[in-house]
Amino acid sequence: MKIHEYQAKVIFAKVGIPVPAGEIATDSVQVRTIAQKYNKPVMVKAQVHVGGRGKAGGIKFAETPEAAQVLAQKILGMNIKGLVVKKVLVTSAEDILSEAYVGIILDRATKTPVILVSSAGGIDIEEVAAKTPHKIHKLSVDPVEGLKVFQARNLAYKLYKEISQVRETTEIIMKLYKLFWELDASLVEINPLITSNAGKVIALDAKINLDDNGLFRHPEIEAMRDLDSEEPSEVEARQGGLSFVKLSGNIGCIVNGAGLAMATMDLVKRYGGDPANFLDIGGSSNPQKVVTAIKIILEDPKVRAILINIFGGITRCDDVANGIVTAINELKPSVPIVVRLTGTNEEKAHKILRAVNLPFGETLDEVVKKAIDLAGIAA
Amino acid sequence: MSIFIDKNTRLIVQGITGRDGSFHAEQMKKYGTNVVGGVTPGKGGSKVAGIQVFNTMEEAVSKTIANTSVIYVPPAFAADSIYEAVDSGIKLVVCITEGIPANDMMKVYAFVKERGARLIGPNCPGLITPGESKVGIMPGSIVKKGGVGVVSRSGTLTYESIWALTLAGIGQSTCIGIGGDQIIGTNFVDCLDAFNKDSATKAIVMIGEIGGSDEEEAAAFIKKHVRKPVIGFIAGQTAPADKRMGHAGAIISGSSGTAADKIAALEKVGVPVAGSPTEIPSFVKQMLRGGKIKKVAVSVTSHSKTKANVTKTRKVTSSSSNFSSPVKKAAKGKSR
Repeated sequence: MKIHEYQAKVIFAKVGIPVPAGEIATDSVQVRTIAQKYNKPVMVKAQVHVGGRGKAGGIKFAETPEAAQVLAQKILGMNIKGLVVKKVLVTSAEDILSEAYVGIILDRATKTPVILVSSAGGIDIEEVAAKTPHKIHKLSVDPVEGLKVFQARNLAYKLYKEISQVRETTEIIMKLYKLFWELDASLVEINPLITSNAGKVIALDAKINLDDNGLFRHPEIEAMRDLDSEEPSEVEARQGGLSFVKLSGNIGCIVNGAGLAMATMDLVKRYGGDPANFLDIGGSSNPQKVVTAIKIILEDPKVRAILINIFGGITRCDDVANGIVTAINELKPSVPIVVRLTGTNEEKAHKILRAVNLPFGETLDEVVKKAIDLAGIAA
Repeated sequence: MSIFIDKNTRLIVQGITGRDGSFHAEQMKKYGTNVVGGVTPGKGGSKVAGIQVFNTMEEAVSKTIANTSVIYVPPAFAADSIYEAVDSGIKLVVCITEGIPANDMMKVYAFVKERGARLIGPNCPGLITPGESKVGIMPGSIVKKGGVGVVSRSGTLTYESIWALTLAGIGQSTCIGIGGDQIIGTNFVDCLDAFNKDSATKAIVMIGEIGGSDEEEAAAFIKKHVRKPVIGFIAGQTAPADKRMGHAGAIISGSSGTAADKIAALEKVGVPVAGSPTEIPSFVKQMLRGGKIKKVAVSVTSHSKTKANVTKTRKVTSSSSNFSSPVKKAAKGKSR
């Protein structure tokens, strides 16, 4: 799960990581009022869950409150990589002497948190890693021992020479690591970490991504979830206990298991079709999940056919079949449904499908081709 | 021979009185696994499917001389169960639980490693050595004894692939699901190494997916050490970037972890990558014959925008499929 910059900055401020003063606004008049209050130039920053906001024109500098209002009018409602900007953060503009990068990621290869620092801040860190890898310094932290102050100080010295700045940065890195651990984060990042004219080290940006598996321990973070910035169908799916990602094609896919769901989508593509979504109904065989799944897929007007592929292990095929029949009776879908149920209790499942005259296929390749075929006819 | 589990496996089921634990304890016992006990604190002294339940792993291990444990405990408590198993002296711990926080797993991994134990999973279907032992949740009916080692990050996709092998008459030495999480105890390289040393394994099927760089590391390992044929499959070619595809570990971060990179890495070291799970058996056969893989051109049944093409496509598909005759059934369902 992602939270917005303004939410991450509230968390930073709470633990003592210095951030510029700022307030959130949803309309341009509010923006002017906030800017007037600061009585100095401000930054107007789009709050959306995508990278590259600056490049897309979602982050602007305003000399006056009036200018801030005009810019906010442009930014609010702007579409950045498919997401509409509904909130902007107004912060007091800081003089920037230098820009650095500090981030902590969950590193899968070493199975530890890894701290990354670079004196090349303010730009995409992946780009820095690709073009000038020597500018990135890494430290793998022992998850049991935790981060030691000297380690944080060594990293700080990679960024600054001035002892006061090294001390401030050491503090920031220690606090950031504590946040990473205590929030069950998968990423915490400051890009850029700046030094101001007065020589102060300040987090100009703030990013916190959370490990979904750790969210149950953090209801206060869960409450920060911005449902507005998520695909409505993905929100509905999550609430229905389904794992769902919306895509742009026209063949709705319902599968049990994430790997098989991806493989099914890949096959749709391989045979010339275009998947409308990723959907994993999970390991349980609750028929209601199947109904919810079909309902969510039918809400997408692009969908021309639904492909259901189940390999029963824990999932019982007859439960899924019952779900399909209930969904057909309740939702009366206008698009064809192509079914393949194999594995646990498949005989029972086939009997249920036959009773309602719903055809089904035997093999994965066969049903995928059939779904593509039917989608083509329906379109 | 086989890897990790066999006839000598003596298994404890942690969380045996829960819904999943009790169901699968019985399934494993039915398959022939030597399930010597179960653990649920507070339920010691009772029995599940004729299996003795203990309060603690310490007690269970001392009374049963178990050497393996499998965990069906909810995510908030599963990390503790892994510590408990390893601390009781168990050398192979298989964790089925999905949803354990990664921070917990980083600490667990360090502990398991320090004690010299092996953890498989979490968020995995477990493993099975056909005819000998099954630990986890894989359906026993889809496997067949033979010479192909199967290792995968997935659950049902693994079943699909195993079933395709079995239908083609190709048996397996051991099938292992290593788990879909970001932090897992046993990775591809560990399994490739074990299969490479196992005399019963003649070829290896490796099923990967997007996210992380385990497949790339596996490719490097294969090039250096593996002298048996390896056949690959990678799921997630159509996955968008920065979206978690169900598994916590299945996410393309920025530009790293894509299916295309993984396929390229494998093909570069001579590992053919199948385009569909159903293509895996023929790849295995060709590789075992020592031949090169002949790539079959995919017949695209794409719906085209022109009407003429649509009709044509329809004709081709309907004539090549027995879709409308669901009554015609293979006998495979009966065995399950």
